[in-house]
Amino acid sequence: MKPRPFAYCRPETAAEAAVLLAEYGDEARILAGGQSLLPMLNFRLVDAAALIDISRIEELSYIRETGDRLEIGAAVTQAQLLAYPDLAKAVPLLAKGLPFVGHVQTRNRGTVCGSLAHADPSSELPLVLATLGGEVVLRSARGERVVGAAEFQLGLLTTAREPDELIVAARFPLQSPGTGSAFTEVARRHGDFAIVSLAAVAAGAALRLGVGGVADHPAVAAFDGLAGADLDAALNAFVWELGGSDDLHASAHYRRDLVRRLGRRVLEEAQACSA
Amino acid sequence: MLRLTSNQCVAITFMLNGREISGPIEPRMLLSDFLRDELGKTGTHVGCEHGVCGACTVRIDGLAVRACLTLAVQADGRRVETVEGLAGADGVLGALQEAFHRHHALQCGYCSAGLLMSLTALFEQVASPSEAEIRDVIGGHLCRCTGYAGILAAALDVTKVYKEKTTI
Ligand code: FES
Ligand code: FES
Repeated sequence: MKPRPFAYCRPETAAEAAVLLAEYGDEARILAGGQSLLPMLNFRLVDAAALIDISRIEELSYIRETGDRLEIGAAVTQAQLLAYPDLAKAVPLLAKGLPFVGHVQTRNRGTVCGSLAHADPSSELPLVLATLGGEVVLRSARGERVVGAAEFQLGLLTTAREPDELIVAARFPLQSPGTGSAFTEVARRHGDFAIVSLAAVAAGAALRLGVGGVADHPAVAAFDGLAGADLDAALNAFVWELGGSDDLHASAHYRRDLVRRLGRRVLEEAQACSA
Repeated sequence: MLRLTSNQCVAITFMLNGREISGPIEPRMLLSDFLRDELGKTGTHVGCEHGVCGACTVRIDGLAVRACLTLAVQADGRRVETVEGLAGADGVLGALQEAFHRHHALQCGYCSAGLLMSLTALFEQVASPSEAEIRDVIGGHLCRCTGYAGILAAALDVTKVYKEKTTI
């Protein structure tokens, strides 16, 4: 279980990284924390002619509140974000979801943007970004563009990122007053890949639920004004739309059941903390 | 900008357990293999090589991380700590190692080096961690022998020791 040989570049700036990407195109992989990339390289599931290591780029190592968003640079680790003092106030859903991302030891290296770039259907950060309607900032030698979460993650490990682009930042909407959120997850062992993960946001009668681990990308739906049997019926219709299939970890039936039951629970929890 | 071709062999240098070391690497060399095969420091174990088992956990700049998910070149210029650095120069075990011994927190010992490094990092960050915090850290490790009860007991014991001493 050793990776095949690859070249290694450690640019000093995001602009340098973009130039390298323009040179290598899809032959190169961006290395930030490496907590998703290294396992795939070790397993030889991916091949890269070159790794472009952005983890030491100073200008990508920041967390700041700009306007109504929390912007997180591509070199910021999950542990650094979790330690951001205002996180529970700024984006409570991130504070609630991050402890489910891997283990302490992988969060110490794994980055927020790297998790978004990897786009695993069961991973928590893409789910939080999708549920909140956040966005991703992409940079290439051609320029910069901003892509909304819904347009960014297209499917299993597939995103709208072009081969010559790198994620330089992710933006999560700050939680507005009177809004509540909740997160929960079922996994074989805490920190392992989620069988199902759920994120909910409630603002008055407006209810939004995001589900990871069932479809090939985080699925988000609105359940505005629904409660009781109506909510159950809507959740049931939603879960059948998601598809989902049996795998090693759980049956599709079990996953549907989790979404129906936990979906209702997280929505109610989000409502309770919005009051 | 540092740029290495795939088969280029260069020397990296970092602080290992307080002493500067250097050795040759190729870009694809994992930190776990560098420690074991190049430096002969076999205290760091390798189980799964994909980040799941925690056997390879070391500390980089104080943080517990997976050596199998870190390239050796990424450790260049950093401060790396491994299980070899825990006991005193005279071979006297540290408080956490002592507690592992006392509470039978190991049988085969394959997982122990990683657990010791993770827990050492925790005790340095949080002087007196709660049981939940300890469990969360242990959750990043697999032990196929002990059933974890001894490991937890050892860590809890050290939270008491820690209050009286300043180092573990
Ligand atoms: S060998 Fe590194 S986590 Fe298992
Ligand atoms: S003591 Fe054998 S694996 Fe933990």
